[in-house]
Formats: sequence, structure tokens, C-alpha cells
Amino acid sequence: MLQKKLLWKLENNNVGILIDKSSRVVCQGITGSAGSFHTKLMIEYGTNIVAGVTPGKKCDTHQKIPLFTSVSEAERNTGANVSIIFVPAVSAKDAVFEAAEAGIELIVCITEGMPVSDLVKIKKYFALLSAETGKITKLIGPNCPGIITPEESKVGIMPGYIHKKGNIGIVSRSGTLTYEAVHQLTNNNLGQSTCIGIGGDQIIGTSFTDVLKLFEEDNDTDLVVLIGEIGGSAEEEAAEFIKDRMAKPVVGFIAGRTAPKEKRMGHAGAIISDNKGTAKDKIDALKDAGVIMVENPANIGKTVLKIV
Amino acid sequence: MKISEYQAKTILSKYGIPVPEGDIACSQDEAVKVFHQIGRKPCVVKAQILTGGRGKSGGIKFAGNEQEVQDVSGQLLGSTIATSQSGRAGMEVRKLLVEEAINIAREIYLAIILDRRSESPMLIISTEGGMEIEEISAKHPEKILKERIEPLFGIHKFQTRRIAQALNIDSAMLSPFSTLLSGLFNAFSENDCLLLEINPLIITENREFCAIDAKINIDDNSLYRHEEIAKWREFEKHEELEAKASEYGFSYISLDGNIGCMVNGAGLAMATMDIIKLYGMTPANFLDVGGNATVEKVKHAFNLILSDPKVKGVLVNIFGGIMKCDIIATGITEAVSNMRIDIPLVVRLEGTNKDLAKKILDDSGLEIISADGMQDAAEKIVMEVRKQ
Repeated sequence: MLQKKLLWKLENNNVGILIDKSSRVVCQGITGSAGSFHTKLMIEYGTNIVAGVTPGKKCDTHQKIPLFTSVSEAERNTGANVSIIFVPAVSAKDAVFEAAEAGIELIVCITEGMPVSDLVKIKKYFALLSAETGKITKLIGPNCPGIITPEESKVGIMPGYIHKKGNIGIVSRSGTLTYEAVHQLTNNNLGQSTCIGIGGDQIIGTSFTDVLKLFEEDNDTDLVVLIGEIGGSAEEEAAEFIKDRMAKPVVGFIAGRTAPKEKRMGHAGAIISDNKGTAKDKIDALKDAGVIMVENPANIGKTVLKIV
Repeated sequence: MKISEYQAKTILSKYGIPVPEGDIACSQDEAVKVFHQIGRKPCVVKAQILTGGRGKSGGIKFAGNEQEVQDVSGQLLGSTIATSQSGRAGMEVRKLLVEEAINIAREIYLAIILDRRSESPMLIISTEGGMEIEEISAKHPEKILKERIEPLFGIHKFQTRRIAQALNIDSAMLSPFSTLLSGLFNAFSENDCLLLEINPLIITENREFCAIDAKINIDDNSLYRHEEIAKWREFEKHEELEAKASEYGFSYISLDGNIGCMVNGAGLAMATMDIIKLYGMTPANFLDVGGNATVEKVKHAFNLILSDPKVKGVLVNIFGGIMKCDIIATGITEAVSNMRIDIPLVVRLEGTNKDLAKKILDDSGLEIISADGMQDAAEKIVMEVRKQ
């Protein structure tokens, strides 16, 4: 399935990475309030939602979308290859396992508040699964806004209207701060190839580096905006990759320059502890890698405009 | 969530890890009672505060007899201890751990952390027990040994042998050491720990292991499946507002400045703090109302910001995704209509249902300064607060 899709992409010279018009999306937790609300918005945006999964289904459709009791059943009947998860944290691990087992290629987990040990197990399972089947399963999130390839497909909770088709890739650990950046770009008439919120937890499915690699290879992305925040070392790892392996220009912003130490700033991952993970460390590392750093979060759009 | 030493030791003993005999005391009488319980042996009296560096700041005292137990517990209880890690305000001592003093033959550093980079638990060991790990890594980086633990299998026997060899533990003690390590890993994984540190783990003159001090951090996101541990959460006196926020289910951190902030999303909340600072003022708080806020929650959040006497103006910065702007608007109007606020309120709303939200705010007749974009919002609130 993945190979087929990659070939398809090569032949069709499509815009963006990971998702496009051809993505067939199954929604796990479609009958819950968030799942239901955002399924409606995704359909309005043009996303090809082919199935919904709800374990104890009482009817055959929800918002005219066929319902199934399991992801494998949905996959068999509809050819779904992308999943979006809205189930509560208590059952999110099981939902991710189920999607991966059913052969879904890209799993977008919106759920916030998942224990980090669940992610340790999920990533272990993914590694075993790919060793066994030879297929790669990608997870975006958890605790993330999802992914959008403007005017193609939206698999997430971001407000669609702020996006515009174009050639700037965005990758971010934050949700709403990503919307802020996108909004500024669009206001400056700068469209986006694909925007991905990778999530604010300590262990996540897809890293900055994974996404940067895809953007670097993507013909339709000319420049990348990277939005990081305090805590962990994901930005430093991204800086290493940018320095050694990236030719495309990168504009960066790090949130939390004024954050106090030893306090968890909302996201599980956003904490400066033992003097590690400070905004300064990250800004220095990214600058050293040639990234153009923005100081004022209101100037992300303007800065990109100056470069392109 | 950090838990106290005595709570960490309660967990450790459940997993068969030897800890000194002792108990918790909240008064001098109770301290003396524990002293009798443990057979009137010389003991150590340890302040139970959620920070490291206690020993150097006078938070751990030796007591040889009943009178000394009475005296040192009197000195410690109710005192405020500021350590190198606690911040200037320090922490009030409300509980003591009274436990038998143990003769130390050797001290070892032992910890398991959840390592972000390898995405698995990591065992960290050093022969330099008793020192803080930051100090060991600065002074003797060569004396720190790391072993990645395979989450599906736990600590392998060969890893135990490798560690024992590095620590110079003789073969006669290999079996109890192996039991100790597997107990440690089980305690770590079954309780969703992010950090489990025993420093020092000692070897007594009788060649037995004993965990003298223990520190555990539990993953907040996992507390739903550890109800007993969740009940242990305690807040310091100056964290009253944090405690309230935690009760209502949003994330709040009190800061030094005077611009109250209500934002959705941690990243945007931090960026909002940063931009206020760029315009020359300081935020009074970090507040992330989260993605699934209800009108009730928004009201609570708003009241919480206003209950901080430092606050001279409020900036609301919302970019709705999963959060609908109209819910924020309704929450704000309901919170504000019940009281007269005489400080400026700047509101910036963008995203899902923003038009509906604007209508709610306009119809409310409240004195709200609306802003278009983040820069405009920051400029307006700073200007309004300066005017006062």
C-alpha cells in the first residue's frame, strides 16, 4: 500500500508530504464529541473520510460515513490508509495498536494526556511490526493538531480557512502556535505545502528530523518553518540534521524564552530541568546550523517574506 | 509529579528493596513515638520537602536519644528550607521522616530515568554515591555508567553482571543485587515513573543493601491509573493558585509580572509570555486553558487570573482549533458580568467559530478591547496597563 502510494506520488507530482487528495481516512472515535465535530469540519474541507470506527456501534453510518466496529474491518471494506484518533487517553494506546495492526500507513493521534510509557510500547511495537511485515507505519502525535496539505486534505483539528496552498513547509511541536504561524504566512500571501504539528509530549511518533527529511526531498517545498519550544533536545537534533543534510532555507522560532526553570509549561515535554532544554541552547544550536531565527512570534510571516 | 522521600520508600519496599526502618511524623510527639517504634536506636530526622539538596541546607539531622529527637524535630517542623534546587522562597517543612541511622560501608548511585533520546528506560550507575548526579557528571564523568533497558524484557542478567563488575560488587552479593535491580525496574515501570533515584544505595557493614534516600517523579499523564499515588499530590503555600488550577483541570504557573494571560495551547501561551516581555512588561502567569475547555472551565480560569492581586491587565489570546472561540467568549462574559473589573482586558480571538465569538463579546456590552493579531494584542495590553 505504502509503496503503491509513493509510486503514485512520483507519477503525479503532487503537492505536499504524507497526505494528499488520494488519502483515504478512517476516524477512530468518530461518535465522540470532538471526533464528530472535527469529522464534519474535515469533510467540509475536502478530506476523503471513508470510514468511522466506534467499538459499540449502534447504527451503520455517522454523518453519512460508514461505521465499523474495528479498524481492520474498516480497512478491508474501504481501503482506508490514514487514521485519525480522537479516543480518550485511557484507550488511545489500544487505538494506535489497532490501527497499526490493521495496516494503516499513517496514524494521526490527536489525543492529549497519554502516559509516556504507552508511547515507549507503541514505538517498540512499530519497530517489531515493520521488521515482520517490511512496511513502515508512521505515527504523528500524540497531543498534536495533526497534518494538513492545503486544498488537498486535512487530517487534524486545525482551522482550515487559515491555510493556503503553496511552497512553505511547517513543522511544529505546538498546536495553536502553528496556527499562529500559518495565519501570518497566509496573511503575507505565502502558501504552505504541508503543515505538521508533531505534538508536545516527551516521546512522539514523528520527530522534527523525520519531517525535515521529507521536506528536504519534497519538490514542492522551498522553505521550512520550524517551531520549537523549551524542553528535551528535539530542536538540537533537528539543528544537527539541518547543518549536515539540508540545503533548503529554514526559519525558526522557539517558544519559552521567558519560562522559569523546573516548571512544566503545559506540555509534558516543555520543561527546563537541570539547565537542559533552555530556549537559549536551542536558539544557539539552530543559529549555528544556519537557521534564520525569529525573536518576536508576531514576525514569523514577515521574516519568511523577506527570504522568498 | 514529584513525591516525597517517605512515599518513594513506601513504593520501594513494596518491591522488596530494603529501606531503613522508620515512619512519618507531623509533630514532635509523633517523632518521639517513631523513635520508640524503631527500638530507641540512634536515628536521622529528615525534612520531607519536594526538592533536592536538603542535606546541605540543614534539612537532615542526626538524633542519638529521645531528647535530641524532640529537639531536632522541633527545629525542623514549621521551618522553611531553601536549597540550591528549591528556589529562593524555599519550602515549608510539614512532615518528617524519622528512621534508624545506618552504618555505611559503601555508597552507590543508582537511578532509572526515562531517556527521551533512546525512548526507553535507562539505568544510571556510579560508584560515587552520596554526591548529586550533576556533581558526579561534572567532576567524574568517567565514573557514570549507563545501561539502556529494553522495555519488553527488563534488565538482562548479563547487564546485572556488567554493572556489578563496574561497581566492584563481589560475587557473593550478586544474587541480592540482581533481585534489587529487577525490583527497581518493576517499581519504575509499574508506577509510570519518569525518574527513580536511589542516592545513596548503601552496602552496610553486614554486607546488605539499603536505600538511604529515594526520589521518584511520576508521569502526570499516568495518574489516572495510579489513584493512590494521585492522592499524594501536595502544593506549597505559595502554590495556592496552581493547586486550584489543577483541580479545575488546566495548566497554570504563577510568575512575577502583572499582565495576566489566558491562552489556549502551551506553545502559544509561552509565545504570548515572550512577546509581552519583548514589549517591556512581564507576564503574571502562564495559563493554558487546554483544548477541551468548557464555559465553566474558562470562567474558573478567568477568575483565577483576577484573584491574583499582582494583575494589572489581562490579555486573552486564543487561536481556536479543537477549542471553539465562542466557548471562550461565553466564559469570559459570564465571568466578567458577575463582577466589575476595573483593569483593562484585551481579547484576541482567531480560529474555529471566531465570528460567533465576536458577536457574543459585542452583544455583552462589556468593556473589552479587541485586538487583531498577536502583535496588536501585546501592544494594546502594554499600552493600556502603562496608562493606568
